[in-house]
Amino acid sequence: MIRALAILLLCQLAGTVLQQGFGLPMPGPVLGFVLLVVVFLYTGGPGPALRDTAQGLLRHMGLLFVPAGAGVVGELTVLKQNAVALLIAIPVSTVLGLLVTGMLMQWFMRREGGADA
Amino acid sequence: MHELLPLFHIWVYLQTQPLLWLTVTLCVWELARALDIRARHHALSNPTVMAITIMAGLLLLTRTSYQTYFSGAEYIQFLLGPATVALAVPMYANWPVIRRNFLAITVSLTAGSMVAAGSAMLILHLLHAPRMVIVSLGPKSVTTPIAMGISQDLGGNPSLTAVFVMITAMFGILIYPFVFSAGRITDWRARGLAAGVAMHGLGTARMLTIDETAGAFAGLAIGLNGVITSLFLPVMIALFGI
Repeated sequence: MIRALAILLLCQLAGTVLQQGFGLPMPGPVLGFVLLVVVFLYTGGPGPALRDTAQGLLRHMGLLFVPAGAGVVGELTVLKQNAVALLIAIPVSTVLGLLVTGMLMQWFMRREGGADA
Repeated sequence: MHELLPLFHIWVYLQTQPLLWLTVTLCVWELARALDIRARHHALSNPTVMAITIMAGLLLLTRTSYQTYFSGAEYIQFLLGPATVALAVPMYANWPVIRRNFLAITVSLTAGSMVAAGSAMLILHLLHAPRMVIVSLGPKSVTTPIAMGISQDLGGNPSLTAVFVMITAMFGILIYPFVFSAGRITDWRARGLAAGVAMHGLGTARMLTIDETAGAFAGLAIGLNGVITSLFLPVMIALFGI
């Protein structure tokens, strides 16, 4: 488990170094994710320990958003001042985003006639 | 009051340590998960949404500043980094499917992401919201760490962006089943991709518990959406004249 965590952090570190070094718009963890996919493609995938640790982290991903979400208490004034605009903009744009992505993707999948994976 | 003084001292001491709020966050999470199980994972029940609501309530009730809270909670937030990297595991497992559909994925994702960010910013602009709020809302569909970086670069308020990201994801989690049935979106690849674009990690977390393919497509959408949004958002803001 520690070795698996070290691998994940090494990828994140490498991604962060790349991002800082080249001034890339992608954050370090995202570059680390891309790096690890590339490593898997060359090595034939993760070992059982890495797979278990990764799945364990991902199963509890919902917890990892709680600290940022609780930040709402610090922004109550701005939220109140723009409440009406935000109450329209967020729902409308979220529904549109879901619909456009989902329907386009489904259209592509049907056109190819591929069965559900 | 006199006999409560020792308790007060303990409280003040705990405020200076990460222990208290780290522990409280984990306990609140376990409580929220228990509630979600009680609700039998109902579409309107989500442990993250419940945990954030309880946590924010506790902070307001105890008059704890977010800064104090975050000194403990940051250890949890730190794990978002390795968790993002860990998305490589489901991504690799679904690599053949993803590679076969790469064009469809890129086109659908770019279109959906641009419509979401563009409509959100236009509505705020038409309703005369200040520029800082508009720019902070732009990257709302991108995963928190990426969204905060984009917001900062464009002159927004990163912590406001983090809140918008959360509100968007929470709203998305509550309504996605209805949107999928209204749009007759039944394909798990399309569902996963849409969930990843509209509500990033929270959508991915939910998809992973339902269908592994949907989870992989959602995870892929997070990374790609981060890259694509960081490229088109500055152009879009300039075009809108915001």
